[in-house]
Amino acid sequence: MAKIFIYPTNSLILSDLVERFGHKPLAMMEKIREKITTVGVDSPPINITPEDPKHGLKYASVEVPAGVRGRMSIVGPLIDEAEAAIIVLDSASAFGCMGCARANELTKFLARQRDIPRLEVKYPRTEEEGKDFVYQIAEFLKSLSKEEDEE
Amino acid sequence: MSGEDVDEITKIMVIDSDSVLPSDAAMKIYESDVDITIKETCFGTMVTGPRDSVEKVVAEVRALDPNHVFVKQRGFPPGDERRCRASRGGGPRPGFHYLRNEVATLPIISKALDEYETYNPAEKKESPDKISPSKLKDIIESEL
Repeated sequence: MAKIFIYPTNSLILSDLVERFGHKPLAMMEKIREKITTVGVDSPPINITPEDPKHGLKYASVEVPAGVRGRMSIVGPLIDEAEAAIIVLDSASAFGCMGCARANELTKFLARQRDIPRLEVKYPRTEEEGKDFVYQIAEFLKSLSKEEDEE
Repeated sequence: MSGEDVDEITKIMVIDSDSVLPSDAAMKIYESDVDITIKETCFGTMVTGPRDSVEKVVAEVRALDPNHVFVKQRGFPPGDERRCRASRGGGPRPGFHYLRNEVATLPIISKALDEYETYNPAEKKESPDKISPSKLKDIIESEL
């Protein structure tokens, strides 16, 4: 079972597909759960502590807005931990409540910098694209399982 | 449930099936003999509880219609004051729009999963590209 970084980081579809094909999705939700169940981080609606933008300095420089650094303090360790990555491009919903475009750019950049197996696919808009989307992801995940078996 | 000693998780189950309704999934969960909290929603069900129990229930519900039940973890438990709209003065909870957007895509994914075994990528048909803004502008400004 490989740890797969997914982008968009909170995607239901990607998280489900990764689990369905026998791997562990590294998603934002697990990190958020860890954060909110930590004693001391309980001031609604704030989910992060003043320390988080400092941790984000590992991934973005100091002149980058605190919002980007705060997000990277959650997403960055997921990328570090990943053994493979699936990046979905052109997802309309990745722009908006999922966070700022610059944090998303940085997330994709860091995932591409890592020397790990990576799949980049476009978000499906039609049934035909959907079939190809699922096929590519399934084959990618199965190929990871085969590699693990060979090792 | 205390939640301090036990590894508690929350999972969202989104149901996009012709044969299984969210209420069927809820009934299946009520039948199971595990100590969990469930919340029925318009798109499916949320379950909170110890990790093992939640995983067991999720597997049972997924077995009802494997290609049409989608599951993801959720950070906040149902009714958490930081997210629940009852305590936030109404409006969709943060993250709802993203989920709704993905739920709209689920029929495509379900169908693709149904046909995954028989799909041949060599027969892939190219979809038309998105129209460029300049071309759209030309169309709007063109005289009919």
